[in-house]
Amino acid sequence: MIDQAAARRATQEVPSIPRDADGPVFREPWEAQAFAMTLALHERGVFTWSEWAAALATEIKRAQAAGDPDTGETYYSHWLNALERLVADKGVTTSETLHRYRDAWDHACDRTPHGKPIELRPEDFG
Amino acid sequence: MQLRTRALETILLEKGYIEPAAIDLLIETYEKKIGPRNGAQVVAKAWVDPKFRQWLFADGTAAVESLGFSGRSANHLVALENTPSVHNMVVCTLCSCYPWAVLGLPPLWYKSAPYRSRTVADPRGVLADFGVELPKDMEIRVWDSTAELRYLVVPMRPAGTEGWSEDNLADLVTRDSMIGTGLAKSPKDLK
Repeated sequence: MIDQAAARRATQEVPSIPRDADGPVFREPWEAQAFAMTLALHERGVFTWSEWAAALATEIKRAQAAGDPDTGETYYSHWLNALERLVADKGVTTSETLHRYRDAWDHACDRTPHGKPIELRPEDFG
Repeated sequence: MQLRTRALETILLEKGYIEPAAIDLLIETYEKKIGPRNGAQVVAKAWVDPKFRQWLFADGTAAVESLGFSGRSANHLVALENTPSVHNMVVCTLCSCYPWAVLGLPPLWYKSAPYRSRTVADPRGVLADFGVELPKDMEIRVWDSTAELRYLVVPMRPAGTEGWSEDNLADLVTRDSMIGTGLAKSPKDLK
């Protein structure tokens, strides 16, 4: 189970997370999803908070160097970049696998007519 | 970003790094942030203010925006009226489109394939799973939301709430009642 204190710490220890007095604030559902996965992976000991904070800081610096407006709107895209990079570094998966699954979901969305549930099928990995 | 998040999620699930229940719990902790309270206020206002109610069903987007709840996900919002003879239920069978500006983050089950496909095929069965039984002769309409069109169900006002303030009424409006997988709470549920 996720430890509330760890979740709170997560939002305090990483740089400039969009938050208010009660905790983090998400603009879109996928942001919360990315946030929750990060906490869950930490909980499982895949990485430490300092590793995570460093990975995120690196992504944010990289983005700023590339001219990111740093308005908070792009915060979670840096977050997701950092998370993808870190899970690859930790050998959980590879960036090739991530791409393959992304393309498969894309394919599944395209081939699924409206009104039918989207599911990944083997043929999506074409 | 949505696709990439979903890709990562799928891999982590397959490898057993994350459990859907734990992720759901986490998201639930924070979903109050955007929160279903916004939607509850919309519904409560529709219960007490006939003019607003009319506006809400005629132009949901504008009516909801007038309360200050906008954001991209509230665009093209259509309000659906539950009546004694019609119950509305919303499903997104494509990509979990969800009016999260008014309803908060979607629960994980909303995005699950079984919920989506079963609701279309057997809405009464899904309602039964949620502990909701409707009269046999009540029509159930299932609405399929899209990225361009999202729905907000306006549940029926519970009996015994005459003279209640909007704020008190809003406490009766649950997230599930605005998706159509539940009904508004009755006054005795609050006790």
